[in-house]
Amino acid sequence: MLTSPKAGPAIPVILVSVLLAGPVLAGLLGTVLPAFGYLPALGHSGLSLAPLQQLFQQPGLVTSLWLSFATGLAASVLSLMIVLLFVAGWSGTRTFRHLTRFLSPLLSVPHAAAAIGLAFLIAPSGFLVRLVSPWASGWTRPPDVLILNDPFGIAMTMGLVAKEVPFLFLMTLAALNRPQIQEYFKAGASLGYGRVATFFTIVLPQIYPLIRLPVLAVVAYATSVVDVAAILGPTTPAPLAPRLVSWMNDPDLTYRLMASAGALLQLAVSAAALGTYLAGERLVATVSKRRLVTGHRHLQERTARYGGLLVMVTIIAAMVLSLVLLGLWSAARSWWFPAVLPQAWNVMRLADTLGMSLGLLGTTVGLACASAFIATALTLWLLEARDHRKSSSSRRLKTLVFLPLLLPQISFLFGLQLLFLSADFSGTFVAVLLAHLVFVLPYAFLALSDPWDRLDPRYAKAAAAIGASRARIFWQIRLPLLLRPVLVVLAVSAAVSVGQYLPTLMIGAGRIATVTTESVALASGGSRQAAALLALLQLGIPLVGFVLAALLPALLHRNRAAMRLER
Amino acid sequence: MKRKLAAALGLLGALMTPVASPAQETVNDPAWQAVLDDAKGETVYFHAWGGEPRINAYISWAAREVAKNFDIRVLQVKVSDTGSVVSQVLAEKSVGKNSGGAVDLVWINGENFAAMKEQGLLAAPGWAQSLPNWRYVDVENKPTVVEDFTVPTDGQESPWGMAKLVFIYDSARLDTPPATLDGLLSYAKAHPGRFAYPQPPNFFGTTFLKQVLVSTAPDKAALTKPVDEARFAEMTAPLFAYLDDLHGALWRQGRAFPKDAAHMRQLLADGELDIAFSFNPSGASSAIANGELPPSVRTFVLDGGTIGNTHFVAIPFNSSSQAGAKVFANFLLSPTAQARKQDPDIWGDPTVLNVAGLPETEKVLFDTLDLGPATLTSDQLGPVLPEPHPSWVSALEEAWTARYGAE
Repeated sequence: MLTSPKAGPAIPVILVSVLLAGPVLAGLLGTVLPAFGYLPALGHSGLSLAPLQQLFQQPGLVTSLWLSFATGLAASVLSLMIVLLFVAGWSGTRTFRHLTRFLSPLLSVPHAAAAIGLAFLIAPSGFLVRLVSPWASGWTRPPDVLILNDPFGIAMTMGLVAKEVPFLFLMTLAALNRPQIQEYFKAGASLGYGRVATFFTIVLPQIYPLIRLPVLAVVAYATSVVDVAAILGPTTPAPLAPRLVSWMNDPDLTYRLMASAGALLQLAVSAAALGTYLAGERLVATVSKRRLVTGHRHLQERTARYGGLLVMVTIIAAMVLSLVLLGLWSAARSWWFPAVLPQAWNVMRLADTLGMSLGLLGTTVGLACASAFIATALTLWLLEARDHRKSSSSRRLKTLVFLPLLLPQISFLFGLQLLFLSADFSGTFVAVLLAHLVFVLPYAFLALSDPWDRLDPRYAKAAAAIGASRARIFWQIRLPLLLRPVLVVLAVSAAVSVGQYLPTLMIGAGRIATVTTESVALASGGSRQAAALLALLQLGIPLVGFVLAALLPALLHRNRAAMRLER
Repeated sequence: MKRKLAAALGLLGALMTPVASPAQETVNDPAWQAVLDDAKGETVYFHAWGGEPRINAYISWAAREVAKNFDIRVLQVKVSDTGSVVSQVLAEKSVGKNSGGAVDLVWINGENFAAMKEQGLLAAPGWAQSLPNWRYVDVENKPTVVEDFTVPTDGQESPWGMAKLVFIYDSARLDTPPATLDGLLSYAKAHPGRFAYPQPPNFFGTTFLKQVLVSTAPDKAALTKPVDEARFAEMTAPLFAYLDDLHGALWRQGRAFPKDAAHMRQLLADGELDIAFSFNPSGASSAIANGELPPSVRTFVLDGGTIGNTHFVAIPFNSSSQAGAKVFANFLLSPTAQARKQDPDIWGDPTVLNVAGLPETEKVLFDTLDLGPATLTSDQLGPVLPEPHPSWVSALEEAWTARYGAE
């Protein structure tokens, strides 16, 4: 042990700060300047408020703001409530374990793919209506009813809920996975409290701090989402984020200044939603404090339990059905209303597209693996160094790490693009990899810091006591013990990398194409077949990751009974 | 089976013809020979809208041809919105990247072209006319090949294909399609919820607005000039009166709109709509060949003509392989490539060439094309109404959004 303990953490902390804060801050600057009228390439070199004024003159702007705020916040709160209710009613049961197996792979479903599948499921000419038409409904032609793109954003909110529930569920699951939690449940039961009551009065206050950041990330994401909004959201007017993207791409180049101003406004909307959520959180805490000690042992136990289960099963069924429908579409040639199954198939095209997508697949997998490994390794390094130093600066670090998740992507990507361009660095694999890391690292940190902290420190102490070096403790004690969560984190990171659309497009300058950029391009033409096929590819890569993460520990630990039983 | 045979024959033809064509293209033009030499070994990043698998397949065919004959590697960058390409070049210009840009060639027209031209984002004028195959372009009868939405192209973009607004209907559900805008309106009112147009600023939605504008504006000449704000309300009053009347009868009562032409086509196939429209006169035939639309689908146009224009390829000012881009643009203009493009089984996009003026061996490529069951003949297609000046596009879009897009 020649290195002084103080020198250790500096490197990973600096590295992570530069990797995360650097791009984000530079990106923000590249947005703020044009928002105030500074974009020399277009001949605007003075500062002015004109872009902001132009922005506020846009018709329907207030409605757009309200839509972004309300749908995002509603979707987040609904998702959280569904997850908590389900976990409260069923955690520890067999039903729970079965459904868990379905929910984790759903995490790897890309947002756009889920939205396309869901749209086909619930549209008036979609699968559900076809199932009952015309024999039961009498509809020989689809009814003219507004389900998708409704002006209130209900379809969009539902789509977001379906996608965020698996994420929040896994985060809650990780938080529940600590030794003392099961004891709380037992304690509650022995005092005569029902399952749901125990969860909300005893368990939730303990685990809530652990799921709070993921919830905030969901709020930030849902208030600034582009792809789901474009497929399911209202259009007269659309929420702010999709309008921003269309302004950014408007052939009238002066719109770009206004788009930058809009990106700042988006930042404000997301901040307002986060603020509202935090205020609501405080309110709930105050109100429920009194109710916690009333001694009521049952909180409408049955209704809560079965209600939670019903919603959860509906979400899983809708998602699985959407994916099956995508699969059918990818091999369909003709599939017209009211046919429940395709009238004609075309498997040749499937094979052709697959063949043509091999290069894309290579790039996508390469990016996913590289960013997953780097992000996971950096996170481990960071955590190990933090432990070693027992530093108290972890709060500040945490905020820094989550910065890219709490800021809307579009508020700093345009600036980031300019930064990479001026460094003559865009359009390369490494540049895209760096851009992906900005978004992958926070998730890796989010998913790994808890299992790391939960690891019994006595293992390391015992090892140190018998003279094991810091490196040896890491490689031979901690890493093998954490194999399972580390593999899951690799899979999550890979999934996040695969899902990146705007960063890949803007930093890759078209030279780096992935399955995701390709599927969005194809989806722009409305060809359901091609879009479905690529969405499936997009889904397949992370799915392979999750399957590997589940299988590898069993394989590696086949002769270690105790390790297999962990969890 | 027949399709497979045809494909095999096509492939055979493709394998055999190039022996003749490149020899022909090495005309005794030292300047062009220099471009060809220059282009050898270059990689051309061709940014082109990638929403249609058939078009993507055609582009990869063309890429294989130029790789074989001219030793140029063409890679299609599939974009969802050409505006993002303009954005890319603009971002490059704003950081002073005057060479080595990411975009070598872009599929473009209309206001995107106007914006790039105005901002100086395009390669120097005149290159398009210097291409050897330019001599086949039908400048006389297709004036839009040199005037893109009334903006002179100045040889800064090379024509690729022709577009014309056509309406599509299913003859199994609709017997006699309407022939005028008023007929369309009464049809929509008689069958509420069965007609729609994509939401502007989608290109197809805006085209529909322009069709109504061009047919109803009190002063047609004013449309070829930049928008005169003082007269905008007067010029568009009949248009918005028409739309006000139409909207109650639209699909979803005009509270939601199809996203684009492909979405409309899907809705037509599903029976949600009775009438859709396309910018490709052979689009319906192609979709039938593809299984996307039922075989009973047909095409119609309106009396007095419909909007038409040309789409182009352009080279940005900082393209890294200008020579390669020119050789590829020239190949896209060749009779072989243009004839293949016009085949509805491949793409069905009308040629920009003067077929009558082609050498006999190449003319026959077009004469033998089967344009499909739902394609109108050039007589039936009727006159082409010219696009208004590009400034009308954003003016119309803004006015539309203020009126209907923000309730």
